[in-house]
Amino acid sequence: MAYNIPEELLYTKSHEWVRFTQEGNAVVGITDYAQHSLGDIVFINLPAEGDATTAGEQLTDIESVKAVADILSPVTGTVLRANEELDGAPEAINENPYEAWIVEIGEVTDRAELLSAEEYLRHVEQEEA
Amino acid sequence: MERKTPLYDLHVSLGGKIVPFAGYLLPVQYEGVIKEHMAVREACGLFDVSHMGEVLFEGPGALDALNFLMANDLRGMVDGQVRYSPMLNESGGIVDDLVVCRFDENRYMAVVNAANREKDVQWMREHLKAGVEMTDVSDQWAQLALQGPRSREILLQWTDEANLPKKYYHFCPRAEVAGVECILSRTGYTGEMGYEIYCAPENAEGLFRKLLESGAVPCGLGARDTLRLEAAMPLYGHEMTDEISPLEAGLSWAVKSDTHDFVGREAMLQRGVPRTRVGLKVTGKGIAREGQAVYAGTEPIGWVTSGTHLPYLGGAYAMALIASEQARPDAEVEIDVRGRRVAAKIVPLPFYKRAKG
Repeated sequence: MAYNIPEELLYTKSHEWVRFTQEGNAVVGITDYAQHSLGDIVFINLPAEGDATTAGEQLTDIESVKAVADILSPVTGTVLRANEELDGAPEAINENPYEAWIVEIGEVTDRAELLSAEEYLRHVEQEEA
Repeated sequence: MERKTPLYDLHVSLGGKIVPFAGYLLPVQYEGVIKEHMAVREACGLFDVSHMGEVLFEGPGALDALNFLMANDLRGMVDGQVRYSPMLNESGGIVDDLVVCRFDENRYMAVVNAANREKDVQWMREHLKAGVEMTDVSDQWAQLALQGPRSREILLQWTDEANLPKKYYHFCPRAEVAGVECILSRTGYTGEMGYEIYCAPENAEGLFRKLLESGAVPCGLGARDTLRLEAAMPLYGHEMTDEISPLEAGLSWAVKSDTHDFVGREAMLQRGVPRTRVGLKVTGKGIAREGQAVYAGTEPIGWVTSGTHLPYLGGAYAMALIASEQARPDAEVEIDVRGRRVAAKIVPLPFYKRAKG
Protein backbone atom coordinates (compact mmCIF):
# COMPACT_ATOMS: atom_id res chain seq x y z
CA MET A 1 0.00 0.00 0.00
CA ALA A 2 1.45 3.37 -1.00
CA TYR A 3 0.91 6.29 1.34
CA ASN A 4 1.42 9.97 0.69
CA ILE A 5 4.44 11.13 2.75
CA PRO A 6 5.42 14.71 1.77
CA GLU A 7 9.17 15.39 1.74
CA GLU A 8 8.94 18.76 3.52
CA LEU A 9 7.32 17.54 6.73
CA LEU A 10 8.67 15.80 9.84
CA TYR A 11 7.02 12.77 11.39
CA THR A 12 6.62 10.93 14.68
CA LYS A 13 6.66 7.17 15.12
CA SER A 14 3.09 7.51 16.37
CA HIS A 15 2.02 8.84 12.94
CA GLU A 16 1.64 12.56 13.50
CA TRP A 17 3.14 15.02 11.03
CA VAL A 18 4.62 18.34 12.05
CA ARG A 19 5.59 21.46 10.12
CA PHE A 20 7.59 24.20 11.83
CA THR A 21 6.61 27.76 10.91
CA GLN A 22 9.13 30.57 10.53
CA GLU A 23 8.28 31.65 14.09
CA GLY A 24 9.17 28.16 15.32
CA ASN A 25 5.60 27.10 16.00
CA ALA A 26 4.65 23.48 15.33
CA VAL A 27 1.64 22.81 13.10
CA VAL A 28 0.46 19.24 13.74
CA GLY A 29 -1.77 16.75 11.97
CA ILE A 30 -1.98 13.00 11.41
CA THR A 31 -0.46 11.20 8.46
CA ASP A 32 -2.05 9.54 5.46
CA TYR A 33 -1.11 6.18 6.98
CA ALA A 34 -2.84 7.12 10.25
CA GLN A 35 -6.07 8.27 8.60
CA HIS A 36 -6.08 5.15 6.48
CA SER A 37 -5.65 2.85 9.47
CA LEU A 38 -8.41 4.62 11.37
CA GLY A 39 -10.94 4.58 8.54
CA ASP A 40 -13.83 7.04 8.44
CA ILE A 41 -13.08 9.76 11.00
CA VAL A 42 -16.19 11.04 12.76
CA PHE A 43 -14.97 13.07 15.73
CA ILE A 44 -11.95 14.91 16.96
CA ASN A 45 -11.72 16.26 20.46
CA LEU A 46 -9.97 19.55 19.68
CA PRO A 47 -7.61 20.94 22.33
CA ALA A 48 -8.31 24.44 23.64
CA GLU A 49 -6.13 27.48 23.18
CA GLY A 50 -3.67 27.71 26.04
CA ASP A 51 -3.54 23.97 26.74
CA ALA A 52 -0.04 22.86 27.67
CA THR A 53 1.37 19.99 25.63
CA THR A 54 4.23 17.60 26.37
CA ALA A 55 6.34 15.95 23.69
CA GLY A 56 5.38 12.28 23.32
CA GLU A 57 2.32 12.55 25.53
CA GLN A 58 -1.35 12.63 24.67
CA LEU A 59 -2.47 15.79 22.89
CA THR A 60 -6.00 14.70 22.18
CA ASP A 61 -8.02 11.82 20.77
CA ILE A 62 -9.63 11.12 17.47
CA GLU A 63 -12.48 8.73 16.70
CA SER A 64 -13.40 6.84 13.59
CA VAL A 65 -16.46 4.66 13.16
CA LYS A 66 -14.34 1.69 14.13
CA ALA A 67 -11.97 2.95 16.78
CA VAL A 68 -10.56 5.66 18.98
CA ALA A 69 -6.91 6.65 18.85
CA ASP A 70 -4.70 8.99 20.84
CA ILE A 71 -2.87 11.77 19.06
CA LEU A 72 0.48 12.40 20.72
CA SER A 73 2.10 15.80 20.79
CA PRO A 74 5.34 16.01 18.79
CA VAL A 75 6.49 18.95 20.94
CA THR A 76 6.31 20.49 24.38
CA GLY A 77 4.61 23.87 24.24
CA THR A 78 1.29 25.69 24.38
CA VAL A 79 -1.67 25.35 22.01
CA LEU A 80 -2.04 28.62 20.08
CA ARG A 81 -5.05 27.56 18.05
CA ALA A 82 -6.96 24.52 16.88
CA ASN A 83 -8.49 23.97 13.47
CA GLU A 84 -12.13 24.67 14.35
CA GLU A 85 -13.22 23.70 10.84
CA LEU A 86 -12.64 20.08 11.82
CA ASP A 87 -15.33 20.35 14.49
CA GLY A 88 -18.14 20.04 11.98
CA ALA A 89 -16.16 18.21 9.31
CA PRO A 90 -13.61 15.77 10.79
CA GLU A 91 -13.78 13.75 7.55
CA ALA A 92 -11.52 16.44 6.05
CA ILE A 93 -8.67 14.51 7.71
CA ASN A 94 -9.51 11.46 5.59
CA GLU A 95 -9.82 13.55 2.47
CA ASN A 96 -6.59 15.46 2.82
CA PRO A 97 -4.60 14.66 5.98
CA TYR A 98 -1.85 17.18 5.22
CA GLU A 99 -4.21 20.12 4.60
CA ALA A 100 -6.37 19.29 7.59
CA TRP A 101 -4.00 20.44 10.33
CA ILE A 102 -5.25 19.90 13.88
CA VAL A 103 -3.36 22.33 16.13
CA GLU A 104 -0.64 24.93 16.07
CA ILE A 105 1.61 24.79 19.12
CA GLY A 106 3.81 27.71 20.17
CA GLU A 107 6.40 28.37 22.90
CA VAL A 108 8.08 25.14 21.83
CA THR A 109 10.69 24.05 24.36
CA ASP A 110 11.19 20.38 23.50
CA ARG A 111 10.64 17.91 20.67
CA ALA A 112 9.88 14.21 20.52
CA GLU A 113 12.02 12.08 18.21
CA LEU A 114 11.12 13.37 14.76
CA LEU A 115 11.69 11.45 11.54
CA SER A 116 12.37 12.65 8.02
CA ALA A 117 10.01 11.55 5.26
CA GLU A 118 12.42 8.83 4.25
CA GLU A 119 12.81 7.55 7.81
CA TYR A 120 9.06 7.65 8.33
CA LEU A 121 8.46 5.64 5.14
CA ARG A 122 10.77 2.92 6.49
CA HIS A 123 8.93 3.03 9.83
CA VAL A 124 5.57 2.56 8.09
CA GLU A 125 6.93 -0.29 6.02
CA GLN A 126 8.07 -2.00 9.22
CA GLU A 127 4.64 -1.57 10.82
CA GLU A 128 2.95 -2.96 7.73
CA ALA A 129 5.24 -5.98 7.52
CA MET B 1 -5.35 -20.23 14.38
CA GLU B 2 -7.96 -18.39 12.33
CA ARG B 3 -9.86 -20.11 9.56
CA LYS B 4 -10.58 -18.71 6.13
CA THR B 5 -14.02 -18.69 4.60
CA PRO B 6 -14.35 -19.91 0.98
CA LEU B 7 -14.38 -16.23 -0.03
CA TYR B 8 -11.08 -15.25 1.62
CA ASP B 9 -9.01 -14.91 -1.57
CA LEU B 10 -11.76 -12.88 -3.21
CA HIS B 11 -11.90 -10.50 -0.22
CA VAL B 12 -8.16 -9.93 -0.46
CA SER B 13 -8.30 -9.36 -4.24
CA LEU B 14 -11.14 -6.84 -3.74
CA GLY B 15 -8.97 -4.85 -1.33
CA GLY B 16 -10.70 -6.00 1.84
CA LYS B 17 -8.91 -5.13 5.08
CA ILE B 18 -8.73 -8.50 6.82
CA VAL B 19 -9.13 -8.94 10.58
CA PRO B 20 -9.60 -11.95 12.84
CA PHE B 21 -13.20 -12.29 14.00
CA ALA B 22 -14.80 -15.20 15.87
CA GLY B 23 -12.04 -17.54 14.72
CA TYR B 24 -12.22 -16.48 11.08
CA LEU B 25 -10.30 -14.08 8.87
CA LEU B 26 -12.88 -11.68 7.48
CA PRO B 27 -12.88 -8.23 5.87
CA VAL B 28 -13.69 -5.41 8.29
CA GLN B 29 -14.10 -3.08 5.31
CA TYR B 30 -13.23 -2.68 1.64
CA GLU B 31 -13.42 1.01 0.77
CA GLY B 32 -14.86 2.38 3.97
CA VAL B 33 -17.48 1.68 6.61
CA ILE B 34 -19.58 4.76 5.85
CA LYS B 35 -19.72 4.11 2.12
CA GLU B 36 -20.65 0.47 2.67
CA HIS B 37 -23.25 1.37 5.30
CA MET B 38 -24.90 3.87 2.96
CA ALA B 39 -24.88 1.36 0.10
CA VAL B 40 -27.05 -0.97 2.18
CA ARG B 41 -29.45 1.80 3.24
CA GLU B 42 -29.80 3.25 -0.26
CA ALA B 43 -28.98 0.48 -2.75
CA CYS B 44 -27.56 -2.96 -2.01
CA GLY B 45 -24.65 -4.43 -0.08
CA LEU B 46 -23.20 -7.94 -0.06
CA PHE B 47 -21.63 -9.57 3.02
CA ASP B 48 -19.75 -12.82 3.54
CA VAL B 49 -21.33 -14.36 6.63
CA SER B 50 -19.99 -17.86 6.07
CA HIS B 51 -18.62 -17.84 9.60
CA MET B 52 -22.14 -18.34 10.98
CA GLY B 53 -22.82 -21.87 12.27
CA GLU B 54 -25.60 -24.21 11.12
CA VAL B 55 -26.94 -27.08 13.19
CA LEU B 56 -29.44 -29.58 11.83
CA PHE B 57 -32.17 -31.22 13.97
CA GLU B 58 -33.81 -34.26 12.37
CA GLY B 59 -36.33 -36.80 13.60
CA PRO B 60 -39.81 -37.02 15.10
CA GLY B 61 -38.59 -35.34 18.30
CA ALA B 62 -37.01 -32.35 16.55
CA LEU B 63 -39.67 -29.80 17.44
CA ASP B 64 -39.97 -30.89 21.09
CA ALA B 65 -36.23 -30.87 21.53
CA LEU B 66 -35.75 -27.44 19.98
CA ASN B 67 -38.71 -25.95 21.80
CA PHE B 68 -37.19 -26.99 25.12
CA LEU B 69 -33.93 -25.26 24.19
CA MET B 70 -35.50 -22.06 22.86
CA ALA B 71 -37.21 -19.30 24.82
CA ASN B 72 -39.42 -18.55 21.84
CA ASP B 73 -42.19 -21.02 21.00
CA LEU B 74 -41.52 -22.79 17.71
CA ARG B 75 -44.84 -24.58 17.54
CA GLY B 76 -47.17 -23.32 14.85
CA MET B 77 -44.39 -22.58 12.39
CA VAL B 78 -45.07 -23.61 8.81
CA ASP B 79 -42.58 -25.26 6.42
CA GLY B 80 -40.27 -22.58 5.05
CA GLN B 81 -40.62 -20.30 8.06
CA VAL B 82 -37.84 -18.78 10.17
CA ARG B 83 -38.14 -17.80 13.82
CA TYR B 84 -35.72 -15.87 16.03
CA SER B 85 -35.07 -17.03 19.59
CA PRO B 86 -32.72 -16.56 22.50
CA MET B 87 -31.36 -19.78 24.06
CA LEU B 88 -31.00 -19.55 27.84
CA ASN B 89 -28.71 -21.08 30.42
CA GLU B 90 -29.89 -22.50 33.75
CA SER B 91 -29.67 -19.11 35.44
CA GLY B 92 -31.77 -17.31 32.84
CA GLY B 93 -28.86 -15.66 31.04
CA ILE B 94 -28.33 -16.01 27.31
CA VAL B 95 -26.19 -18.79 25.80
CA ASP B 96 -26.77 -17.44 22.30
CA ASP B 97 -29.41 -15.93 20.05
CA LEU B 98 -30.23 -17.68 16.84
CA VAL B 99 -32.75 -18.28 14.09
CA VAL B 100 -34.49 -21.58 13.50
CA CYS B 101 -35.55 -22.57 9.97
CA ARG B 102 -38.29 -25.18 9.57
CA PHE B 103 -37.90 -27.41 6.50
CA ASP B 104 -40.68 -29.76 7.61
CA GLU B 105 -42.09 -31.13 10.85
CA ASN B 106 -39.12 -33.48 11.27
CA ARG B 107 -36.32 -31.24 10.05
CA TYR B 108 -35.13 -27.91 11.40
CA MET B 109 -31.90 -25.94 11.07
CA ALA B 110 -30.60 -23.57 13.75
CA VAL B 111 -28.26 -20.77 12.63
CA VAL B 112 -25.93 -19.69 15.44
CA ASN B 113 -23.26 -17.07 16.05
CA ALA B 114 -19.80 -18.15 14.91
CA ALA B 115 -18.16 -17.25 18.20
CA ASN B 116 -20.63 -19.44 20.09
CA ARG B 117 -20.82 -22.39 17.75
CA GLU B 118 -18.90 -24.90 19.84
CA LYS B 119 -20.44 -23.73 23.11
CA ASP B 120 -23.92 -23.94 21.57
CA VAL B 121 -23.45 -27.39 20.11
CA GLN B 122 -22.23 -28.70 23.45
CA TRP B 123 -25.05 -26.98 25.33
CA MET B 124 -27.71 -28.29 22.96
CA ARG B 125 -26.29 -31.81 23.15
CA GLU B 126 -26.33 -31.76 26.95
CA HIS B 127 -29.98 -30.65 27.00
CA LEU B 128 -31.24 -32.62 24.02
CA LYS B 129 -34.46 -34.62 24.40
CA ALA B 130 -34.91 -38.03 22.79
CA GLY B 131 -36.08 -38.69 19.25
CA VAL B 132 -33.85 -36.25 17.45
CA GLU B 133 -30.53 -36.38 15.69
CA MET B 134 -28.42 -33.26 15.92
CA THR B 135 -25.62 -32.52 13.43
CA ASP B 136 -23.27 -29.57 13.16
CA VAL B 137 -23.31 -28.88 9.42
CA SER B 138 -21.55 -25.50 9.57
CA ASP B 139 -18.71 -26.57 7.30
CA GLN B 140 -21.14 -27.63 4.58
CA TRP B 141 -22.52 -24.13 4.15
CA ALA B 142 -21.22 -20.81 3.00
CA GLN B 143 -23.54 -17.88 3.60
CA LEU B 144 -23.93 -14.55 1.80
CA ALA B 145 -26.14 -11.69 2.97
CA LEU B 146 -27.56 -9.49 0.21
CA GLN B 147 -29.12 -6.49 1.91
CA GLY B 148 -30.74 -3.24 0.84
CA PRO B 149 -33.66 -1.82 -1.13
CA ARG B 150 -32.20 -3.03 -4.45
CA SER B 151 -31.54 -6.58 -3.22
CA ARG B 152 -34.71 -8.04 -4.77
CA GLU B 153 -34.04 -6.48 -8.14
CA ILE B 154 -30.43 -7.73 -8.11
CA LEU B 155 -31.45 -11.23 -7.09
CA LEU B 156 -34.05 -11.37 -9.86
CA GLN B 157 -31.23 -11.07 -12.39
CA TRP B 158 -30.07 -14.51 -11.23
CA THR B 159 -33.18 -16.39 -10.14
CA ASP B 160 -36.89 -16.83 -10.85
CA GLU B 161 -39.37 -14.78 -8.94
CA ALA B 162 -40.98 -18.03 -7.73
CA ASN B 163 -37.83 -18.69 -5.65
CA LEU B 164 -38.09 -15.44 -3.71
CA PRO B 165 -39.76 -15.85 -0.31
CA LYS B 166 -42.87 -13.67 -0.32
CA LYS B 167 -42.72 -12.79 3.34
CA TYR B 168 -40.11 -11.59 5.81
CA TYR B 169 -38.73 -14.47 7.90
CA HIS B 170 -39.59 -17.10 5.31
CA PHE B 171 -37.23 -19.09 3.10
CA CYS B 172 -37.14 -21.18 -0.04
CA PRO B 173 -35.31 -24.46 0.77
CA ARG B 174 -34.16 -25.18 -2.79
CA ALA B 175 -33.75 -22.08 -4.91
CA GLU B 176 -31.56 -22.05 -7.98
CA VAL B 177 -29.60 -18.79 -7.99
CA ALA B 178 -27.19 -18.29 -10.90
CA GLY B 179 -27.24 -22.04 -11.49
CA VAL B 180 -26.34 -22.80 -7.87
CA GLU B 181 -28.67 -24.59 -5.47
CA CYS B 182 -29.25 -22.40 -2.43
CA ILE B 183 -31.40 -21.92 0.61
CA LEU B 184 -32.81 -18.45 0.01
CA SER B 185 -34.04 -16.76 3.16
CA ARG B 186 -35.66 -13.36 3.54
CA THR B 187 -33.83 -12.40 6.69
CA GLY B 188 -30.94 -10.16 7.68
CA TYR B 189 -29.12 -8.15 10.28
CA THR B 190 -29.17 -4.66 8.84
CA GLY B 191 -32.69 -3.32 9.38
CA GLU B 192 -33.10 -3.30 5.61
CA MET B 193 -35.03 -5.47 3.16
CA GLY B 194 -32.75 -8.31 2.12
CA TYR B 195 -31.85 -11.95 1.79
CA GLU B 196 -29.49 -14.48 3.28
CA ILE B 197 -28.27 -17.07 0.81
CA TYR B 198 -26.83 -20.41 1.92
CA CYS B 199 -24.85 -22.41 -0.64
CA ALA B 200 -22.13 -25.05 -0.86
CA PRO B 201 -18.68 -23.56 -0.09
CA GLU B 202 -17.36 -24.32 -3.58
CA ASN B 203 -20.15 -22.25 -5.15
CA ALA B 204 -19.77 -19.20 -2.91
CA GLU B 205 -17.15 -17.31 -4.87
CA GLY B 206 -18.97 -17.56 -8.22
CA LEU B 207 -22.20 -16.42 -6.62
CA PHE B 208 -20.53 -13.55 -4.76
CA ARG B 209 -18.92 -12.34 -8.00
CA LYS B 210 -22.18 -12.48 -9.93
CA LEU B 211 -24.05 -10.46 -7.33
CA LEU B 212 -21.25 -7.86 -7.39
CA GLU B 213 -21.53 -7.77 -11.20
CA SER B 214 -25.18 -6.82 -10.80
CA GLY B 215 -24.30 -3.85 -8.65
CA ALA B 216 -24.13 -5.09 -5.06
CA VAL B 217 -21.40 -3.34 -3.05
CA PRO B 218 -19.08 -5.61 -1.03
CA CYS B 219 -19.42 -4.82 2.67
CA GLY B 220 -17.34 -5.82 5.68
CA LEU B 221 -17.88 -6.47 9.37
CA GLY B 222 -17.58 -2.76 10.17
CA ALA B 223 -20.72 -1.86 8.24
CA ARG B 224 -22.47 -4.99 9.51
CA ASP B 225 -21.96 -3.67 13.03
CA THR B 226 -23.01 -0.05 12.35
CA LEU B 227 -26.08 -1.21 10.41
CA ARG B 228 -27.29 -3.53 13.14
CA LEU B 229 -26.64 -0.89 15.77
CA GLU B 230 -28.57 1.74 13.80
CA ALA B 231 -31.44 -0.75 13.59
CA ALA B 232 -30.95 -1.45 17.35
CA MET B 233 -30.48 -5.17 16.84
CA PRO B 234 -28.71 -6.68 19.85
CA LEU B 235 -25.42 -8.50 19.31
CA TYR B 236 -24.26 -11.46 21.37
CA GLY B 237 -21.34 -10.57 23.62
CA HIS B 238 -22.52 -6.96 23.83
CA GLU B 239 -26.24 -6.51 24.52
CA MET B 240 -26.53 -10.21 25.39
CA THR B 241 -24.25 -12.38 27.51
CA ASP B 242 -24.41 -15.40 29.81
CA GLU B 243 -25.26 -12.90 32.56
CA ILE B 244 -27.95 -10.84 30.85
CA SER B 245 -31.51 -12.15 30.61
CA PRO B 246 -33.51 -11.77 27.39
CA LEU B 247 -36.07 -9.66 29.24
CA GLU B 248 -33.33 -7.21 30.19
CA ALA B 249 -32.01 -7.24 26.64
CA GLY B 250 -35.38 -6.11 25.30
CA LEU B 251 -36.22 -9.47 23.75
CA SER B 252 -39.47 -10.19 25.60
CA TRP B 253 -41.22 -10.38 22.22
CA ALA B 254 -39.17 -13.52 21.52
CA VAL B 255 -39.71 -15.11 24.96
CA LYS B 256 -42.89 -17.17 25.38
CA SER B 257 -42.78 -18.17 29.04
CA ASP B 258 -46.61 -18.35 29.17
CA THR B 259 -46.97 -20.97 26.47
CA HIS B 260 -44.18 -23.51 27.05
CA ASP B 261 -41.40 -24.75 29.30
CA PHE B 262 -37.76 -24.24 28.33
CA VAL B 263 -34.30 -24.32 29.85
CA GLY B 264 -33.77 -21.29 32.08
CA ARG B 265 -37.44 -20.28 32.20
CA GLU B 266 -37.91 -20.39 36.00
CA ALA B 267 -34.62 -18.65 36.72
CA MET B 268 -35.35 -15.94 34.18
CA LEU B 269 -38.76 -15.23 35.69
CA GLN B 270 -37.36 -15.21 39.24
CA ARG B 271 -34.64 -12.68 38.53
CA GLY B 272 -37.13 -10.14 37.17
CA VAL B 273 -35.92 -7.24 35.09
CA PRO B 274 -33.51 -5.16 37.23
CA ARG B 275 -31.81 -3.75 34.14
CA THR B 276 -33.12 -2.60 30.78
CA ARG B 277 -31.55 -2.09 27.36
CA VAL B 278 -32.04 1.50 26.25
CA GLY B 279 -31.05 3.69 23.34
CA LEU B 280 -28.88 6.73 23.94
CA LYS B 281 -28.33 9.67 21.66
CA VAL B 282 -25.13 11.50 22.53
CA THR B 283 -26.04 15.18 22.81
CA GLY B 284 -22.61 16.38 23.98
CA LYS B 285 -19.38 16.15 22.04
CA GLY B 286 -17.85 12.75 21.56
CA ILE B 287 -18.52 9.13 20.71
CA ALA B 288 -19.75 6.64 23.31
CA ARG B 289 -18.08 3.23 23.16
CA GLU B 290 -18.73 -0.19 24.63
CA GLY B 291 -17.89 -0.57 28.30
CA GLN B 292 -18.16 3.10 29.24
CA ALA B 293 -20.11 3.86 32.41
CA VAL B 294 -23.47 5.63 32.28
CA TYR B 295 -24.40 8.07 35.07
CA ALA B 296 -27.57 9.78 36.29
CA GLY B 297 -25.98 12.73 38.08
CA THR B 298 -23.25 11.18 40.21
CA GLU B 299 -24.83 7.75 40.40
CA PRO B 300 -23.54 5.02 38.08
CA ILE B 301 -26.60 3.33 36.54
CA GLY B 302 -25.11 1.01 33.93
CA TRP B 303 -22.81 0.73 30.95
CA VAL B 304 -22.68 1.19 27.21
CA THR B 305 -23.06 -2.17 25.41
CA SER B 306 -22.40 -0.82 21.88
CA GLY B 307 -21.77 2.67 20.59
CA THR B 308 -20.35 4.55 17.65
CA HIS B 309 -21.14 7.18 15.07
CA LEU B 310 -24.11 6.01 13.00
CA PRO B 311 -23.58 6.88 9.35
CA TYR B 312 -27.16 7.11 8.06
CA LEU B 313 -28.50 9.06 11.04
CA GLY B 314 -25.32 11.10 11.21
CA GLY B 315 -24.63 11.21 14.93
CA ALA B 316 -23.24 9.38 17.92
CA TYR B 317 -25.61 6.79 19.36
CA ALA B 318 -25.28 3.94 21.79
CA MET B 319 -27.18 1.13 23.40
CA ALA B 320 -26.75 0.69 27.13
CA LEU B 321 -27.87 -1.65 29.87
CA ILE B 322 -29.05 0.49 32.79
CA ALA B 323 -31.03 0.17 36.01
CA SER B 324 -34.67 -0.27 34.98
CA GLU B 325 -35.94 2.50 37.26
CA GLN B 326 -33.71 4.94 35.37
CA ALA B 327 -34.94 3.85 31.95
CA ARG B 328 -37.32 6.76 31.40
CA PRO B 329 -37.87 8.24 27.93
CA ASP B 330 -36.01 11.53 27.37
CA ALA B 331 -34.07 11.20 30.65
CA GLU B 332 -30.74 13.05 30.58
CA VAL B 333 -27.73 10.93 31.46
CA GLU B 334 -23.95 11.22 31.20
CA ILE B 335 -21.41 8.84 29.73
CA ASP B 336 -17.84 8.61 30.97
CA VAL B 337 -15.91 8.87 27.69
CA ARG B 338 -12.33 8.17 28.81
CA GLY B 339 -12.53 10.46 31.81
CA ARG B 340 -14.71 13.10 30.19
CA ARG B 341 -18.43 13.34 31.05
CA VAL B 342 -20.47 13.56 27.87
CA ALA B 343 -24.21 14.32 27.89
CA ALA B 344 -26.68 11.87 26.35
CA LYS B 345 -30.42 11.35 26.28
CA ILE B 346 -32.51 8.21 26.42
CA VAL B 347 -34.32 7.82 23.10
CA PRO B 348 -36.68 5.15 21.76
CA LEU B 349 -35.35 2.07 19.93
CA PRO B 350 -34.82 1.39 17.10
CA PHE B 351 -32.84 4.46 16.13
CA TYR B 352 -33.55 3.69 12.47
CA LYS B 353 -36.58 1.98 10.98
CA ARG B 354 -36.89 1.58 7.24
CA ALA B 355 -39.90 3.09 5.51
CA LYS B 356 -42.29 0.32 4.51
CA GLY B 357 -43.29 -0.06 0.89
